[in-house]
Amino acid sequence: MGWIGETVDSIRSIQIRQLLTQAVSLGMIVTSALIIWKALMCITGSESPVVVVLSGSMEPGFKRGDILFLHMSKDPIRAGEIVVFNIDGREIPIVHRVIKVHERQDTGEVDVLTKGDNNYGDDRLLYAHGQLWLQRHHIMGRAVGFLPYVGWVTIIMTEKPVIKYILIGALGLLVITSKD
Amino acid sequence: MHSFGYRANALLTFALTILALICAMASLSDNLNSPSPSAEIQILNINWFQRHPDGNDEVSLTLNITADLQSLFTWNTKQVFVFVAAEYETPTNSLNQVSVWDGIIPAKEHAKFWIQTSNKYRLIDQGGNLRGKEFNLTLHWHVMPKTGKMFADKLVTSGYRFPEEYR
Repeated sequence: MGWIGETVDSIRSIQIRQLLTQAVSLGMIVTSALIIWKALMCITGSESPVVVVLSGSMEPGFKRGDILFLHMSKDPIRAGEIVVFNIDGREIPIVHRVIKVHERQDTGEVDVLTKGDNNYGDDRLLYAHGQLWLQRHHIMGRAVGFLPYVGWVTIIMTEKPVIKYILIGALGLLVITSKD
Repeated sequence: MHSFGYRANALLTFALTILALICAMASLSDNLNSPSPSAEIQILNINWFQRHPDGNDEVSLTLNITADLQSLFTWNTKQVFVFVAAEYETPTNSLNQVSVWDGIIPAKEHAKFWIQTSNKYRLIDQGGNLRGKEFNLTLHWHVMPKTGKMFADKLVTSGYRFPEEYR
């Protein structure tokens, strides 16, 4: 009867080992994604190095679903640059072009006015009530690079959460059932 | 080892890698282009020039812009955004940039153009410093690629001056 016990033990040990390797590989996937994101944050100096364009206000340059790479350097902001900014009391950042810059002589502070290429008027209507200019602290970064269509993945996933859950479930199942 | 899932995964990974590589190469190939754009901006008329009750100067101009930006276009160029900004220095501000006209050039065929226009956006100073002030009119362009890195540059034309008196 001893050999049955041995087999059961060996099966059990194999399963534990397999479970562990699967947990480790799942952890590797999650942490490597995190590492890449944090590394991008360090390199670009922007708190969100990649943004997805959500509106058509910059068409035909940027369409909904395009991806922009941001960079935040110490360089002063100049007219013509495409910046991503946050308005107080608004959750979603906006990607628009700078059309006016006034830089203060003594403090070096800037007053910036933006406009969407596809919009008729400037952005004062989008700003907080009574706000005429953007300051440096509103600006999260400037767009330096562009990749079309890739952002549709996140747009679809935020608008149709079912697809997200199906995808996560399928991927999880794949990782768990896969054998080396 | 050779299940359907593995093959599909390998194929997808390979396809995405190649696609990313091609995108990167298309973007890098933009660096081989050394453009030689030309532009000329004339002020045809100062339409009016006045001080607002809050103390800010505002001026209205009529401009004549002639430019040839055809050399900016490459196979990876989606469009070129072009604008003219009035740039000047005042006692309070080390730099003022005010866009007075802009446009989108969708294709190389439209990149050689001539336009006569009054300023599209209001040219208002932060304060009343514009009388007799010297300023530059700078033609900026922003090349937006089909994929990859964006490029920007400018041509400065200096030696313009606002009128000495309001009118």
